[in-house]
Amino acid sequence: MKSLYAIYRKEMGNYFVSPVAYVVVGVFLALSAFFFNYFLSAVMQQALQMQMQEMEMGMHPNIDVTMEVMRAFFGLLSTLVLFLTPMLTMGVFSEERKRGTMELLMTSPITEWQIVLGKFLASLTLFAIMLLPTAGYLIFTYVRSEPVPPWRMLIAGYLGIMLLGACLLALGSFISSLTENQLIAAVLTFAAFLIVWVIDLGRNAGGAAGDTLQYLSVIRHYDDFTRGVIDTSSLIYYLSFIGLFVFLTVRSVDSMRWRRA
Amino acid sequence: MIEVQDLTKSYGGGVAAVDHVSFTVNKGEILGFLGPNGAGKTTTMRILTGYMPATSGTARIAGYDVFTDSLEVRRHIGYLPEAPPVYPEMTVASYLDFVARIKNVPAEKRSARVQDAMNKTNIADKRDELIKRLSRGYKQRVGLAQALVHDPDVIILDEPTVGLDPKQIIEVRNLIKGLAGTHTIILSTHILPEVSMTCDRVVIINKGKIAAVDTPQNLTSQLKGGQKIRVEVQAPEKPLQDLLAHIPGASRVQLETAHSNGHIAATVEAAAGKDIRSQIAAGIVQKGWPLYELRGVSLSLEDIFLQLTTEDAAHAQAS
Repeated sequence: MKSLYAIYRKEMGNYFVSPVAYVVVGVFLALSAFFFNYFLSAVMQQALQMQMQEMEMGMHPNIDVTMEVMRAFFGLLSTLVLFLTPMLTMGVFSEERKRGTMELLMTSPITEWQIVLGKFLASLTLFAIMLLPTAGYLIFTYVRSEPVPPWRMLIAGYLGIMLLGACLLALGSFISSLTENQLIAAVLTFAAFLIVWVIDLGRNAGGAAGDTLQYLSVIRHYDDFTRGVIDTSSLIYYLSFIGLFVFLTVRSVDSMRWRRA
Repeated sequence: MIEVQDLTKSYGGGVAAVDHVSFTVNKGEILGFLGPNGAGKTTTMRILTGYMPATSGTARIAGYDVFTDSLEVRRHIGYLPEAPPVYPEMTVASYLDFVARIKNVPAEKRSARVQDAMNKTNIADKRDELIKRLSRGYKQRVGLAQALVHDPDVIILDEPTVGLDPKQIIEVRNLIKGLAGTHTIILSTHILPEVSMTCDRVVIINKGKIAAVDTPQNLTSQLKGGQKIRVEVQAPEKPLQDLLAHIPGASRVQLETAHSNGHIAATVEAAAGKDIRSQIAAGIVQKGWPLYELRGVSLSLEDIFLQLTTEDAAHAQAS
C-alpha cells in the first residue's frame, strides 16, 4: 500500500510539472467553457422563441432549459475526453521505458500491480481535477432554475463521465505499456478509443451480433447516465472494462521482463 | 553472498549473451566485471537484479533465488543501471525520497537516508536542483545515490564511472572502496585501471563466457604470455629489428618510431620462463650500438585482458 502510494504520489507530482498535463487541462477547460456558454445561449434563445410562439398562438411551452443544456454539455464532455485523454496516458509507461526508469521500478521491491494501480489512480485523479470546474457551470444553472431539476441527474452524469474516463485511461495505459514511443502510444490509443466509441454502429448487423456490438460500445452506456439513469448493467460493463485493461497492463508490464531482447 | 551457477541467457536468435557463467562473491567483497562492450556484463547484472529472467542456471543473492524470490532479492540490492534511472523533472531530493519510498525505507529514517546518500555521493549542494539541469557527472552521481539510499547489502553498479571527470572518478572509486566490507559490491567496467584500483577480485568476461577469475594482482603477475622487455638503442632500424627477432625465445618485436636524437625504443616479448635480457644486451653490445635503456616490463592488466579476449576470438575462428 505504501509503495502504491509512493508511485501515485510521484505520478501526481510529475503531472503538475509536466507541460502536457497543463495543456490538456487548459484546452479542456477552455473548450468546455466556450461550448457551455454556447449551449446555454442557444437553448435560452430557443426557449424565448417558444415563449413568443405561445403568446401568438396560445401553445404551451415545453422546454426544460437546464435539462437541454445538460444533455448537450455531457455529450460535449465525452467528445472532448475522447480527444484529450490519449495525451494524458501516452507517456505513462512509454516514457518510463524510454528513460530507463522502468529498470528502477522493476528492480525495486514493488509488484507490477502496485506500479500499474498507482499510475492508474493518479491519472484518474488528474481526470477528476480536470472535470471539477465544469461541475461549477452546471451547479450555476441548477441554482438559477425554477424549479431546481433533480440533483440525481448531475450526479449520474458525472458518475458516467468518470467511468467513461476511467475506461479510456485504463485502455490508454495499456497501450502505453506496449511501446517506447509516446507518439505511437497516443495515435494507437486514439484509434482504439474511436473503435470502442463507434462499435455500436454494428447494431445494424442485427440479431445477436448486433446486440452484442451495441452493448460493447462505451458511449451507449454513457447515454444512460446522461439521462440520469444509473443502470447496473452499464456499471458492470464499465467496471469490467476497467478491470480488464488494468489486468492486461499488469500482464504487459510483467511481460517486459520476458520480451526484452 | 552472491552465488551464480551456470547462468545462461539467450535471446531470440539463439546466440547466448551469457553462456554458463558461474562465480561467487563473498560478503564485503568488491567484484569487478571486466569485458569489452557486448560481453554480457549488463545482461548478467540485469538477471541478478531480477530485471530479466535467465534462460537457465541459478543465481542466489543473500540466500534468495533471483527468480523465485525476486521481491526478496530486490529488497537486498541497490542497482545502478547503465543509464542513471532518473526523472528529469524531479529535484534531486524529491527523486531520492521517491526511491527511498519504493525501496521500503521506513518513514522516520527516510530523510536521514536521503541526506546520507547525497553526502556520500557529494551532491548535497544540488538537492533542490531539477535533475534535467544537472551535468552528466552529477546525474551519474544521483544514480549512484539512488543505489545507496536504502543501505542495501548488495550493490550492483553497471559502469559507475562513465561520464565522470577524472576527479569525480577518483571520488567515486574511493566511495566504492569505502562501502566494501559492510556491503557486497559488483561493478562492471571496461576500464582496466578501475578494476585493479577498486576490486578485490576480477571476472573477465568475453562473448558471454568467463575468461578468467582472479585477484587483479594474480592476473597481473600471472604473466600468461611471458615477459616484455623494453630497450632503447641508438641504431639503424632494420638491423635492430633483425637482431632482436633472431634472439632465441623472442617473439613479437615492436619498434617505435625513431626519436629525433636517433634513439629507437623497442619492445620484445619473451616466452614464459625465459629471461632473454642478457642475450639482448650482449647482441646490442656486439654490434657496437649505444644502449640507453633495457628493462623488463610486467604485463599490465590491459595486456592480459587483450590476450584473453583475442585468444578466445582466435580459438573461435579456428574451430
